[in-house]
Amino acid sequence: MTDKITDQDGTELHALLRREFPPLENAELQRDLWPQMLRRLDAQTFRVPWFDWALAAAVAAMLLLFPSAIPALLYQL
Amino acid sequence: MELLERFAAGDLEAFEALFRQHQKEVYAWSVRIVRDTGAAEDLTVETFWRIYRARQRFDPAAGNFRAWARRIATNAALDHLRHARKETELSEDFPDAPRSDPAALGELRGHLRHAFLELPPKYRLVATLALIEDEPYQEIADAVGISPALVKVRVFRAVRMLRRKLNSLGLEVTAK
Repeated sequence: MTDKITDQDGTELHALLRREFPPLENAELQRDLWPQMLRRLDAQTFRVPWFDWALAAAVAAMLLLFPSAIPALLYQL
Repeated sequence: MELLERFAAGDLEAFEALFRQHQKEVYAWSVRIVRDTGAAEDLTVETFWRIYRARQRFDPAAGNFRAWARRIATNAALDHLRHARKETELSEDFPDAPRSDPAALGELRGHLRHAFLELPPKYRLVATLALIEDEPYQEIADAVGISPALVKVRVFRAVRMLRRKLNSLGLEVTAK
């Protein structure tokens, strides 16, 4: 489908929009973003997922509430 | 092994090669949506981060990496529009159109800019690409993941929302 906004949809509005926000067909990247990408990859590598923290907190809470479970847990380990 | 296969297998060098091949294109697409160079750079990195995380879902045999990257970039840009709504001025990095118009037209344009920023993000995205960037509906549909007919509907609704907003302010925008 190649049809565009036509007169009945508002040619004047279309023209005003293009005048207010000039098209950016030729916008070019001014620098290499790979170093930024590497930093992002490195930062994520060492991040502990939130559900791991949640699991650790749940286990800690369980051990505090039920200390008698500690020997059973140690036996399982 | 082909580059895309190595990428899908988690090879970082292959990912770097793909990044360097496609970063300009992803940036150019993102900046046309968000119209902010800094945000577009961040979105380019965010897009490739999502690409890297989803690499196992990419099928090197059937997949078109460029189209896949554009779709992910579009989703990332849409997320940005949702979060940055009302906080970001469109086109702030780019020169505004000449301000030599009569006062009434200047007022209309100011309200138009504001009304455009107030559009719901999914309408603003297609309106930006269709009305400002003159992208074909099929290209927009492929990037957003909807049908060309739905793109046309969203553009129509965006125009209607803009016109209603301007009319409510007592400004008339008529079809020529």
